[in-house]
Amino acid sequence: MTTELHADSIPDDRPRPGEGTPIDSGPHSTGSPATRALGIAVLAGFAMLAYLGLAGTPEDQVQGELVRLLYVHPQSATVAYLGCFFATTGSVMYLWKRSVWWDLVAHATAEIGAVFTAFALITGMLWGRPSWGTYWVWDARLTSTAMLMLLLLGYLALRKLPGDPDVRARQSAIVGLLLVPNVILVRQSVTWWRTLHQAPTLSLPGAQIEGLLLFTMMFGFAVFSGLFLWLTIHRFRVAWLARQVDELAVDEAITARIAEGTPR
Amino acid sequence: MSNTFYIVAGWIVVLGGSAAYATIVVLRGRALSLRVPVERRRWSSSSPNLPGPTDRP
Repeated sequence: MTTELHADSIPDDRPRPGEGTPIDSGPHSTGSPATRALGIAVLAGFAMLAYLGLAGTPEDQVQGELVRLLYVHPQSATVAYLGCFFATTGSVMYLWKRSVWWDLVAHATAEIGAVFTAFALITGMLWGRPSWGTYWVWDARLTSTAMLMLLLLGYLALRKLPGDPDVRARQSAIVGLLLVPNVILVRQSVTWWRTLHQAPTLSLPGAQIEGLLLFTMMFGFAVFSGLFLWLTIHRFRVAWLARQVDELAVDEAITARIAEGTPR
Repeated sequence: MSNTFYIVAGWIVVLGGSAAYATIVVLRGRALSLRVPVERRRWSSSSPNLPGPTDRP
């Protein structure tokens, strides 16, 4: 069945392709003064963290030099959890409000979550090889993290499927609901099961991490949180621009269709 | 291999990977913003007269 399109079917307040402010004007980036300031602060933070983590801190009494990996490994995992938390929040809000804004938040943060889950897995493997004698073991923490990675990749693959954006957003949101439960599973796996992976270090009874080592670890969490915020803002804007490009293409197709149907 | 190899590799993965991902995001944003009129480059819209990622009717 074909649908006839008429010029008056387009709302008057909606700019037509080619109208309005020229594309050439305005900033050509997703940045703003605030994101630039945040970016500089994050870069300075990483420089400081690299100095402290690689040279400025003493080695650990138990782990030796390998403790230096723990200034980036749990921090990467935390950013991954943050990404999953906001992706699930965005999914819930999309299903409730049907808001494009929340759909894009979910998309942006899920991608960041996937990137940092990969970092957490890789740095964990690099720590495990000299510590445990193997890169990988089917331990509850490692297995549940691998499941989280697969879930995130599935979510991102679903978002790339062609079709109605609203249907795709709804389907993605349903998958997005599974992310936080999976994060809880990852987080609690070391207490629910006997695992090779150690229990949470900072909340472990009797754990002794203090002084510059503790400061560096907490400073790392702050710097990585800043990076997460910076990436989320930029990635959200990219997702929003991509949606605008898609909508412009639809507008142009409608205009072309109207032009075809206009009697000469 | 010495522990230094694993430590340096881990830091390179995280710092290098973060820098690479950030660069990809920024460059993609620049490329897309060239294709979108400035009035549509709004990250949030409170005005019903302007297109933006508002709630569906």
